[in-house]
Order: sequence, then structure tokens, then C-alpha cells
Amino acid sequence: MRHPTLPYGSRRHAEAVPGAPALLARSVSAGYSGMEEPVLQKISLRVPVGARVALVGPNGSGKSTLLKTVSGLLPALHGEISVYGNPVAVCHHRVAYLPQRGEIDWRFPINVRRFVMTGRYVHLGWFKRPGAPDREIVASVIERLGIAELAGRQIGQLSGGQQQRALLARALAQEADLLLLDEPMTAVDAATRGEISDALFRLREQGKTMIVATHDLASLASEFDGALYLREGREVEPAPGAFVGLPVGKEAAWAG
Amino acid sequence: MGWLTEPLQYSFMWTGLLAAVLVGVTCAVLGVYVVLRSMAFIGDALAHTVLPGLVAAYLLGLNLLGGAVVAGVATALGIGWLSRRETLREDTAIGVVFTGMFALGILLMSTANSFRDLSHMLFGDILGITSADLALISALALLVLLVLFLFHKELELTSFDPTHARVIGLKADTVRYGLLVLLSLTVVAGVQAVGVVLISALLITPAAAASLLTTSLPRMMALSALFAVFSGIAGLYASYYVNVASGAAIIVACTVCFAAASFLRTIRWSPKSKK
Repeated sequence: MRHPTLPYGSRRHAEAVPGAPALLARSVSAGYSGMEEPVLQKISLRVPVGARVALVGPNGSGKSTLLKTVSGLLPALHGEISVYGNPVAVCHHRVAYLPQRGEIDWRFPINVRRFVMTGRYVHLGWFKRPGAPDREIVASVIERLGIAELAGRQIGQLSGGQQQRALLARALAQEADLLLLDEPMTAVDAATRGEISDALFRLREQGKTMIVATHDLASLASEFDGALYLREGREVEPAPGAFVGLPVGKEAAWAG
Repeated sequence: MGWLTEPLQYSFMWTGLLAAVLVGVTCAVLGVYVVLRSMAFIGDALAHTVLPGLVAAYLLGLNLLGGAVVAGVATALGIGWLSRRETLREDTAIGVVFTGMFALGILLMSTANSFRDLSHMLFGDILGITSADLALISALALLVLLVLFLFHKELELTSFDPTHARVIGLKADTVRYGLLVLLSLTVVAGVQAVGVVLISALLITPAAAASLLTTSLPRMMALSALFAVFSGIAGLYASYYVNVASGAAIIVACTVCFAAASFLRTIRWSPKSKK
């Protein structure tokens, strides 16, 4: 299925539809070319504005694929997705995808301030250079995430937790409302984990909606409002005693 | 200081110097992207594939650089297209196209009566550059630098984070095609200075040397340009006084810069950066 896509730098950003959830996915299948079966099989998900939802499952269960489909990196083969009431491809500015750290070339010669500035590009488009308002936004989000003293550092010289906060800062600079985080807590130590969850908590207070792929079952109840359990690309029932919270899966998505 | 000014009484020396500076700066700045995006192999390949265009233009009595532009842009688009298909690995596709085109160029050269006349295409002849050539080289250099300046933020973003670029609707593939076309134009501008065999060194070596010394992109570009311009001038003087091949002398000077840069890096960083 091909949607019309909003090209880079277009000024015609679609407004959020009042009352629409941050994300509504119905019966979405998606995968990579050359594979016989789609990785995701008929996934449905409803995430209200301001909620924090965990995607829980083992490696290969489709968490990353779901995030990539919602961010528009992968086309949905089947089903429908709407973000704040609009099709995926017209909401670039509203959705920030925070990849696993390996997807970025951290050795590239760019400092933290400029890295965060790339969050403004979706609003600038071709030829326009960042101006004073953009620099103010960048300075303020860097301050908010506590990485102001690192602003001049090359991005490869940051610790894992600092890199994660730089990614969050970029998402804020983008003024994204829906943040898709792919395993932000993987391969980081306990102190870093604390830093990241503090940062996430503060973003939540600002009304940001978050969908987070995670392995960490212990912190689900304290850090999330709801959870979708995945296995082999399908939604599964949570194990007995596992965190449930707000219903977000199939039933929630098709109700009403 | 008489030895510095003495060669400047000849106009061919002035033309050569101007060409060396223009080509050096263009190669050096673009080369930073080539190095950071790990495109060294494709850069080398593109340089070799302009040869059949040059030779065909020569045989047909057309403008040489015009022929090279056509061949270079065609190969850039061809390699980009081939490597999008996942049936062939990119380096394999480049290897096939690059050697095939180069062989075709040599084949065409061997049909010409005077093989020697054409050897300057392989190894460059910077002191033989005419003022018409210089005009074209200047136009190409300014065009490439202008495009790099205008699309700097997109080139930068797609280089280190193509995923974010795609999420915001910026097609990394389009940027890559553009870069390949710029690369072929730059190769064409530099062919007369150092020849098709060595031009990729001018793209890669100064930028690689600069990348050892700084972690700031603008500074890397400035340093790279400085190395290339220095090497260009040094190579020209060497060729004037010692009567060695100018193209090769320029590349040897670049390599010396690189050696100096790695030495500097070793003494600057080795004691403390044990992570």
C-alpha cells in the first residue's frame, strides 16, 4: 500500500485531529523485502495522548519492526496506522524515532549542539539555515536534559546514557509529540538507566507520548501506563502476574 | 626567496598553480565526505571510469572534459542504480563497472595512433593546462563547492544518521546520487592535474590526514584544503625544478602530509587516550 508522503521540508504539516489518540494501529502487518512472511502479524495498538506504553518481548518478536513501521521507515503491508488522526507519512515532524545506538555513526565529527540541531531540520527543509529561534530551542532542550556542559563535545565522546539524552534532546528540538524509543535501556549500567528514566519521566510531565521497546520487566509497573506483549510478531497474553495497566492491544484498538 | 618567484615569470606556471589550488580545494572538501562515508573505493572507481569518455572525445575531436563529464555522470548514476538492487553487493558492482570501463578506455586508447599523446590522461599534465581548460576547471570547482555549501546540512545528516533523515522524509538515496554526480564532476576537474589513476588520492589522502587531527567538520574541511593546496604547490615546484611528473609529485606531497598528520596524532594522543 502506498500513501502519499510529505516530502522533506514541506511546510504543510498536518494538524492533530482533536480527540484522536496519539497512535491507532489496526491489524498492521509489516516486514522486510525478501522475507516470505511478514515479521509483524496483524498487530493492533491504541496509545492515548500522554501515555507511556511498553513493547515487551524477546529479540525478534517484532518490537523494532513495529516502531519502524509507525515512524514510516517501513511501509505497512496491511492494516492502517494513524498518528494523531493523520496517516503516518504526513506527520514527520510529530514523530521522533530514537534508534538503537548502533544505527548512528557516533564517530562522525559533529558536536552535541549541532547533533541536537538536526532535530530542527524537519522544520527548516532545503536551503534554510538554522536561525536564532532554532538556536534558542536547542540551547533550552540541552539545558533541560542536563547535557549543557557537554554541548561542545564530539558525540562519540559521550557515555551511553549521555548519548541517549542527546537523542531525547533532538526529539524535543524537533518538537515531536510521539517518541518511539528502541531499547534505550539496553547495554547501559544502573546509573545510566536511572538518568534515562528520569529524563523520560520529565518528558512525560510535558505531555509527550512514548512507546518504548524494552526487555526490562521489573520496571514496567513503575514506569509505564500500559504494555503490549509480543512474540513472533503477534500480540500475546501477558504471563500470569505480569504488569497489565491500561489496555492498549487489540481490544482497545477496535473498541469504539 | 628567488627560487619561489622565479618560475612565476612563466604563464604556464600561473595557470598550473591556479588549477592546482582550485582542484585541490574542491577535492579536499568533497573528500571529507568521501572519507567519512567510507566511499574511498567508489571514488577511486569513478576516477577510472571517466577514461573511456576522455578517449572517445579525443578520437571524435570533441571537448575532452565534456566527454569525461558525460562518462563520469553516467557511471555515477549506473553504480548508484546497481548498488540499490540487492542482487549484487555494492563493492562487487563497483569492481565490475570500474575495471570494465577502465579497460574500455585503454582499448580505445590503443586504437589511436599515438598512445603517448594520451598518457597525460592517465598521469596528468598540470603544466599543459590551457586557459580554456582552466575556465572549465574553475566553473566545475565553483559549482561543486557551491552545491556542497547549499546542501551541507542534508549531506551531514545523511552521513551519520540516515535513519533520522528517512524519518523526516529526506531520501538518503537522492543525496547519495547527488554526491556521486559531484564526485564525477570533481574527478573531471582534477584529471588534467593529476590524471585518472591518481585523482582519487587527491580526494582521499588530504581528507584522511585532516580527519586524524580534528573532530570538527568545518575544521576538517579547512585542514584538508590546506594540505591539498600545499601539496599542489609543492608538487608543481618539484616538477619545475627537478623535472619529475607533476601529478605524481602532488600525490607524493599529499602522502607526506598524511604521514606528518599521523605522526602528530601519535605524539598528541598516545599517552592519555587509553580507554
